[in-house]
Order: sequence, then C-alpha cells, then structure tokens
Amino acid sequence: MNIVLADDDADDRMLFEEAINEIEIKTELSLFPDGKQLMDYLGHPSTKLPEIIFLDLNMPVKNGMQCLQEIRQHKALSHLCVAIYSTSSSEQDIEETFINGANIYINKPNSFGALKKAVDKVLRLNWQYHTSALNRDNFLLRL
Amino acid sequence: MTLNIKFDYHTICKTILKEQLDKLGVAYTIHSLGEIKFSDNLSADHKNELRKALEKYGIEILDNPQNVLVQRIKDAITTLVNDSDKAGKYNISTYLSETLNYSYAHLSSVFSEVTHSSIENFIILKKIDVVKHLIMDKNLTLTEIAHRLNYSSVAHLSAQFKKTTGLTPSSFQRIIKKRKEKGITP
Repeated sequence: MNIVLADDDADDRMLFEEAINEIEIKTELSLFPDGKQLMDYLGHPSTKLPEIIFLDLNMPVKNGMQCLQEIRQHKALSHLCVAIYSTSSSEQDIEETFINGANIYINKPNSFGALKKAVDKVLRLNWQYHTSALNRDNFLLRL
Repeated sequence: MTLNIKFDYHTICKTILKEQLDKLGVAYTIHSLGEIKFSDNLSADHKNELRKALEKYGIEILDNPQNVLVQRIKDAITTLVNDSDKAGKYNISTYLSETLNYSYAHLSSVFSEVTHSSIENFIILKKIDVVKHLIMDKNLTLTEIAHRLNYSSVAHLSAQFKKTTGLTPSSFQRIIKKRKEKGITP
C-alpha cells in the first residue's frame, strides 16, 4: 500500500514512519515537510498515486486545509482518501475538514502505542473500502 | 469431403495439462480439472513457464483461490444484510457455512488472512454502510433503521455507529448534507 504524509514537524514525521514500519500491513511511505512539496509530488505525471494521504493542518507555505481543497477540486486526485492528522481537537476544525472532503480525522495521539493502533485501524479500514463494495462517498472516520 | 468429429473436453484438458506438467519434470497429481497438487513447492520459474505454456490453450492459473473465496463471503454478507427477513431468521455463521459449504472456522481464518480484518468486523462495516445509505438517501428515522436491520434498540444502533465511525448519526448526517450543498464529492 502506498501512503504519503505531509507534516512540518520532523519528530512527528519520524514517529509516524516508525509506527508505519511496525504494523503488519506492508506500506511504501513518502514524507513531505509542507503542503506545497506534497502537491507538487501528487501533480507530477510519473507519481504513483497513494492509497491514503495523511495531512497535518498547520504547515508553512501551504497548509493542510488548502491541500485538501485542491485535492478535492483536482480531477485526477479527487477520489483519493484523505486523512487529517492534527493536534487540533476543536469540534469546529474537525467538522470543517469533513465538510471540505476529508475522509478521516485523527487527533495526533500522545503515545507511540496509540499512534500505531490508529494508523493500523485506518489502513485496515481503508483496505476494506478499497476492495469491497462499500460506498466511499460516505466514508467518514474520526479517531 | 467432410469428417464429423466428437470431443471429450475432459480428456482434452487432462491431456494438455499432463503434457505441459510432464515437461516441467516435477511430481504432481491432477485432483480435478480445477486443482493440481504438487508434492513440493513450485519454483517461481516453473510457475511462469507453466503459466505461459497453458496460456495458449486458454488455461489460466488462479494465483490466489483465497481471494475468490473472500469475494464470495463478502457477496453473501451483502445479500444477507440487505435482506432483513432473511437476516432475522439466520445466524450469520450458519448462513455463511451453509451457503458456501465450508466450516465457519475455515471461512473466518481465510477471511482474516486475506483482508487483515475479521468477518464480524466486515459485517458491522457493511451494516453501518447500509445505515448511512438509509439515513441519507431514504430519510428514514433511526427507529425505522434499527428495526429494519435487526438492531435490538436505537441505542445499540447509535452506539455501533459511533464506535465504527467516531461520529454520531446526526453529525454524520449534518456533514454529508453540508458537503452536498458545497458540491464536494470525494
């Protein structure tokens, strides 16, 4: 499974990578420090599009919400699964991202174990949506 | 001049399989036409060679028969979840093993191996998917939906919805509605 993460915090990127490597489902992970580099990568014709995009909300240059909106308006990208990965737990932020087309909202967990569990759950669930006749338009998950 | 002939497909297929398998020089038995057993594991080179050789006769090697079974399990669950009369009468494990002719334990282990998830989990996911559809497209109340999908109570339905999606049915409804108003379809 191909996944990408855009997060400006180097420590968070490292922890995420470690968590991904420790779970059972095998993945290829690409990391980006801001939204612009992510969008350049996704827009490049030779890119193999990821099954899930994990997006931090607060990033320099281009933030997560801008990326989400661009992805949903982009013909070739609009079908991709987007998971918001943020420290914000404000109900308003969460609902706002869902309304703008996020599939998943993950509050950055405060322990490595919880992070691993969250990522594992997301990947398994996304796999089910990918391989079964489930309605992807209605795929919402909050962790 | 015209010559009339008659075929026996079983003999033809078996002869082709035998000829090609003999070329590989490995021990095998043809169980039925759909299944060949090898006493040792077949190397990747041998498998590719066989695949190519059989291809021109229109014979295809199914790489993962487990995938075929998983698909049948999912189809059976979908049918059952959508048929409330049946779903009320059957216990799901009995239904699956009777429909697919395997023990539930076998179905369950194949399913988990292939999908990284359990049959029970998939059933809940499928049911919640139907619930979402009934909330959004049919405008049914939760009471009606709970009854239709054989939930013991509305509370049970709401709790399962919240546990599966992290959202309450009403916030889910609000989000999808606002999304549609903005014309966003992921």
